[in-house]
Amino acid sequence: MTVPVHLRHDETFVLNLGPQHPATHGVLRVKLTMDGEYIVKAEPVLGYIHRMHEKLAEGGTFAQFMPNTARMDYLHALAFNHGWALVVEKAAGIEVPERAEYIRVITVELNRIASHLLWWAAFLLDLGGFTPLLYAFDDREKIIDLLERVTGSRLTYCYMRFGGVYNDIDDEFIAGTRDFIKRLRGRMPRLYHDLVTHNIILIKRIKDIGFISAEQCRRYGATGPVARGSGISYDIRKNEPYSVYPEFDFDIPVFAEGDSMARYMVRMHEMEQSMRIIEQALDKLPGGPVMGKAPKVLKPGAGYYYSAVETARGSLGHRLVCNGDKNPYKLKLRSPTFSNLSLFGEVAEGMLLADALAFMGSLDLVIPEIDR
Amino acid sequence: MWHALFYLVGIMAFAGVNAAWLGWCERKGAARIQRRIGPCEAGYAGLLQPLADGLKLMSKQLLVPQGVDGIIFRVAPVLAMIPAITSMAVIPFSENIGARAMELSVLLLFALASIGMIAILLGGWASGNKYAIISAARSVSQNLAYEIPMLLTVITVVLISGSMNLREIALDQQGGFWHWNIFRLENGHFLTMWVSFIIFFICSVAETNRAPFDMAEAESELVAGFMTEYGSMGFGLFMMGEYLNIVVGACLTATLFLGGWDCPFGLTPGIWWFLLKIYVLIFTFIWIRWTYPRTQIYRLLNLSWKILIPFSLANLLVTAALIKVF
Repeated sequence: MTVPVHLRHDETFVLNLGPQHPATHGVLRVKLTMDGEYIVKAEPVLGYIHRMHEKLAEGGTFAQFMPNTARMDYLHALAFNHGWALVVEKAAGIEVPERAEYIRVITVELNRIASHLLWWAAFLLDLGGFTPLLYAFDDREKIIDLLERVTGSRLTYCYMRFGGVYNDIDDEFIAGTRDFIKRLRGRMPRLYHDLVTHNIILIKRIKDIGFISAEQCRRYGATGPVARGSGISYDIRKNEPYSVYPEFDFDIPVFAEGDSMARYMVRMHEMEQSMRIIEQALDKLPGGPVMGKAPKVLKPGAGYYYSAVETARGSLGHRLVCNGDKNPYKLKLRSPTFSNLSLFGEVAEGMLLADALAFMGSLDLVIPEIDR
Repeated sequence: MWHALFYLVGIMAFAGVNAAWLGWCERKGAARIQRRIGPCEAGYAGLLQPLADGLKLMSKQLLVPQGVDGIIFRVAPVLAMIPAITSMAVIPFSENIGARAMELSVLLLFALASIGMIAILLGGWASGNKYAIISAARSVSQNLAYEIPMLLTVITVVLISGSMNLREIALDQQGGFWHWNIFRLENGHFLTMWVSFIIFFICSVAETNRAPFDMAEAESELVAGFMTEYGSMGFGLFMMGEYLNIVVGACLTATLFLGGWDCPFGLTPGIWWFLLKIYVLIFTFIWIRWTYPRTQIYRLLNLSWKILIPFSLANLLVTAALIKVF
């Protein structure tokens, strides 16, 4: 809301939003101090789904931690797989065959589209539009079927291996992926944009709502579509390239408005860019093995290792400390949603409850990834 | 005596069937809009689903949480149903079917609609739940804002017909669709009644708390709004009250603007035309709900106070002038 409001700090009540609330998507709790329908103060409370994943990593071997990675961000699980594989490969000096790198990129980007589709559906649900959910899930289902075909799972993948991937892709997967891209490209302008993006009610709900400045993004360490919606062109895939991303021609969508609409548009454009990457990867897909040479028991040399990947929500960093043993000595993740959520308290101040929830939806929160 | 009893039973049956099976219609309609099948297990095409739901709701305990104003908490759902059923008494279903043709039936309908709003307010207030109270407050400000343009547009109809009796208003529109208030010609001159119709329709969507104006039960913000603490048949009665309000709104729209039981093409007029009109209107309600996202409470109020009220005032002036001139 653009009209400045005078908040009365003495006549307030506390509204508990969550951990069981339809808008908080999981177990986020926000303690809201309200003046009528205006938010005076918003404090996100975390820890309701904390499972000690980082500590669990110390107890097992490197390979044993791979399934855990998918349980953190269950919407873009393959990127978390990828991040863990990258940091361990860096530590142990394992080479990955080119075909495996391409397959990684293809599956991760497919998963990114699925994640954005689910975000889109949930965001519209937050705004009270129920129908788009079903259409987005229709498209997402196609991706999940494709990924199930190669990875064996539908949501929490454990597909990457140190030195490659678990399973090769076949012609049917390639044909199915091409069909899917054709289908989504066909549906995107009419179904997603004409019916939803250009809807006057939606535009009024999210335009100029939840403004985040570039300075705030830098202060809180926000990354991903949140930062790119505030005019910061930062994407790990371009800025600190990993895997075979430099070989593809794709753009980083950046919108400078900083409002919820800008973040919405960034994600909508990212889906198109992901489709471009997948198409190029399928065209250039080299032959060869999908699994390189990797020792049975990994014993990386003692030291500190860091690598970062771009997930659907922002940059994910793995900081791995090894002491030459077959277990990680220490693992610390830098997950994007934590920083993005930290913004919420500052930005939501003075907002109306309904606007604040629309703003929260535009941040694309995945709580298990914060509470690891 | 028998006449009254016949109408009592008839209206109760009409209300009951609509309250139950409009829920089915809504679910089926939503399912088709969303490329789903919808209810299909209970009976043919899920037609027995409302019975199953009703039995389930009735077999559940009406839980009255601690700190709740017990009496008002129990009365509110009933209060949501009663005005909607009572409204049916003055609705003319056809020339000869109508329980009571009162002189001020239009006024009575609006008075009853306000009682429905009080039911929401009481239910929300008695629940002692913050979400419910916010929802009740929203609902009141929304209903207040939308009753004004609604009444202003009804005045244009009353000006044309010269009566506040719904039966008289419908009788005045007989003889094909160019006699209907929405396309009204006065001595061969076109009146601006379609503006009234649009304003009235928007207002009736808002009055019945339906999406995109369902701020009172915005589930992503207020969980279930004023119904948060209600389970069992308390919830059921609120839901049925909502559907009955839609039926009343559709009946009122059909009578005021669409010629009541009149046939557009000069065929035999009758109750079937009236039912056809109200179900087309109800389908539009469902269609709108499952197409648009929810708007915001202040935008809703802005729409009413800054757009609809000035427009309906201007429309009232123009209509009055046109009637005077022609």
